[in-house]
Amino acid sequence: MKKAILTVAFAAVTAVFFVAATANASSSGGTATARSKLTLIAPAAPGGGWDGFARESQQAMRVNGVVNTARVVNVPGAGGTIGLNQLGQMDGREDVLMITGAVMLGAIELADTQTTLDDVTLIARVADDYNVLVVPADSPYETIEDFAAGWAADPGGHAIAGGSLGGIDHLLSGLLAQEIGFDPQQVNYVAYSGGGEVLTSVLSNTAAAGISGYNEFSDQIEAGTIRALGTSAAEPVDGIDVPTFIESGLDVEMSNWRGYVAPAGISDDTREELVAIVTEMHATADWEDAMTRNRWSDSFSTGAELDDFVAEETVRVAAIIKELGL
Amino acid sequence: MDQLGLLLEGFSVALTPMNLLWLLIGAILGTAVGVLPGLGSAMAVALLLPVTFSLDPTGAFIMFASIYFGGLFGDSTSGILLNTPGNSSAIATTFEGHRMAKDGRASKALGTAAIGAFTGGMIATTLVVFFSPYLVKLATLFGPAEYFALAAFAFVAISAVVAESVVRGLIALAIGLSLAMVGIDGPSGAARFTLGMPEFLDGISIIVVTVGLLALGEVLHVASRIHREGPAMSIQASGSPYLSWREFTAAFPAFLRGTGYGLPFGAIPVGGSEVPTFLAYGTEKRLAKRRGDTDFGSRGAIQGVAGPEAAGNATAGTAMGALLALGLPTSATAAMMLAAFQQYGMQPGPLLFERSADLVWPLLASLFVGLVFLLIINLPFAAVWAKLLLVPKHYLYAGVAVFSVFGVYAIASSMKDLWLLLGIGVLGFVMRRFAIPLAPVLIAAILGPLAETELRRALAVSEGDLAILVSSPITASLYSVMAVAIVISAVQHVRHRRANAAAQAPISSSAL
Repeated sequence: MKKAILTVAFAAVTAVFFVAATANASSSGGTATARSKLTLIAPAAPGGGWDGFARESQQAMRVNGVVNTARVVNVPGAGGTIGLNQLGQMDGREDVLMITGAVMLGAIELADTQTTLDDVTLIARVADDYNVLVVPADSPYETIEDFAAGWAADPGGHAIAGGSLGGIDHLLSGLLAQEIGFDPQQVNYVAYSGGGEVLTSVLSNTAAAGISGYNEFSDQIEAGTIRALGTSAAEPVDGIDVPTFIESGLDVEMSNWRGYVAPAGISDDTREELVAIVTEMHATADWEDAMTRNRWSDSFSTGAELDDFVAEETVRVAAIIKELGL
Repeated sequence: MDQLGLLLEGFSVALTPMNLLWLLIGAILGTAVGVLPGLGSAMAVALLLPVTFSLDPTGAFIMFASIYFGGLFGDSTSGILLNTPGNSSAIATTFEGHRMAKDGRASKALGTAAIGAFTGGMIATTLVVFFSPYLVKLATLFGPAEYFALAAFAFVAISAVVAESVVRGLIALAIGLSLAMVGIDGPSGAARFTLGMPEFLDGISIIVVTVGLLALGEVLHVASRIHREGPAMSIQASGSPYLSWREFTAAFPAFLRGTGYGLPFGAIPVGGSEVPTFLAYGTEKRLAKRRGDTDFGSRGAIQGVAGPEAAGNATAGTAMGALLALGLPTSATAAMMLAAFQQYGMQPGPLLFERSADLVWPLLASLFVGLVFLLIINLPFAAVWAKLLLVPKHYLYAGVAVFSVFGVYAIASSMKDLWLLLGIGVLGFVMRRFAIPLAPVLIAAILGPLAETELRRALAVSEGDLAILVSSPITASLYSVMAVAIVISAVQHVRHRRANAAAQAPISSSAL
């Protein structure tokens, strides 16, 4: 009796694995087209910014029938460059899009990877958000001018908290230092692993100022526990009641843009098709809703405009990373 | 009491049938992923994020929270029964828990763990409801110097675990520190010990280390001895999970001590619940020594399960508080929930309690209900779980091996992790063979990077001025407590030796 139960249990478990394995095999084999089955690679762990972006895209595409099925695959690691390396080996695959963005440019430069954005096909830039420089509520600095003066006088004594090294927060601190007029290498930058930790670092007065995405700080700014001195947006953004650096006379702008790339070696037709998919997704009401919820701003661009933008940003990021002495 | 009224209103939402269903699903799912080595509540929440997209936020968060708590209930089960903790938060529980299981008290250990998790969670959640604004202050009092002091304090406090053989303990510490050092160094951006492979830039996941060392290592160890020990292994599955009054009075202070460690750690970002569980274990071990309790470390003492388990769940309670009131994720699961909040267009922080009161209070109320659910699920089932030990060993450990590999592959779908798992598993096997303790490896892998990063951050902020390390009242008092503890233990050590020498002297003279 007992043996029979065990045998049945064993058979059941085997059956489940068999079904799962065949399902997996059928999904990984064969050539699908992007319209029938699209794979979105999020080169980040579940729960991160790029993952959220990928899942919002997936949702908008699927619900509106832009593609039949879309799945998200997470390939986390090293600022997205692990994912980029994998994409670099998928030459000619027509059913894959990977999320990319500003953070990846810094990571490519920093890790000196084999694959760069030159080795993949740029598809679109879709949404941006902006960074903000904040100080504790009890900080002596009321405006960015005050802060710039104090910071330039004693860069070492003004620790700046932000995300990981070579990330957008770090680059922004370097650009600001350069614009204010001291050597970016003097920036006393303290790297944290996320916006939450940057916030506690500012609240505990460990750092003189913190840099992170505006959305991560917006409630604290509104509640008055921290004071925002400036944002990195090029133009004032609706709903953000903080002057841009440019408005305050510091010619610094940087956006945390997000977009898609596809593998290299795809035909022009496929490229057109992928651009069309993203364009259609971008036009849906679900995507608009996603942008509002995540407080992203629209920065849709494709084609030559996008190529120029990425080329410019690559040069700019490489230069500032060099200035920062990384 | 304003909070009480809001909480009661919250209960009225949390107790609707639909929300109770989510709660139950979360509790069962959380317990399940907790039990399986490698799978954790963080991963369960991550995988569910896209699925819950179309759910109403209250239901989704109620489910997430009960997965979080459920994970902490479940993780000790496999640790106690099989010596393969489901998660790093259960490592400390495993030491004494598995000893109790070997002694035929598996159900008792599981019962103690469930009650401990319940007690810790209950006290923490109550505190969060009434004192979350103050709890949040705690997070802002801590800068890098304080974190470093805390890490140093934890190292000293848990050195009790290392103490049996100094050389072996140090070998284990060194292994742990070197495993933790792989990857990009945060403060400088330099890649360390990556062998030039980009896959290693993000370091070695603590999950891979835990599962490899404890689960796979144990499987290899058992496999290597299966014909030598045969069925002589005397784990009995019988016994009641309920504590007798005497046992309860023994465990109760340990529950409270564990909770005491867990509470503050939930509110500060020092890597989740591992540190307080180790601290609780170290404390119970010291207290047992002082009491002259010989069960501890041999037959398994109930306090050694009670303390760490209460500590683990207490951190989860205050971690929820820190997440809701400050937007600070202090554990991996809390970080996932933060992402979930953002998915719904909400930002946890000081304004959440005002803006989304209709979500926050039902969520807090559901934590209480969830803990009761989990206790009901886990306590009577302890005896059923313990029956798992009746499954023939070769099936049981084959299952553990399969789930370990699944769990690790699920983290990042990376083959590298599987090779690492195998390598670390073999390492764990070799360490068992040569009686090198495993705990210091994990302690070093968790505390080492924390101590290093915080020390360097502190010195960066102070521009190299060492005075920052001792300048705040928190650091000063932590170091003084540490100094006193070291002096006391040194004095005890010397006395112990003298006593031993004195005890041996008459024997040798009488032998003459």
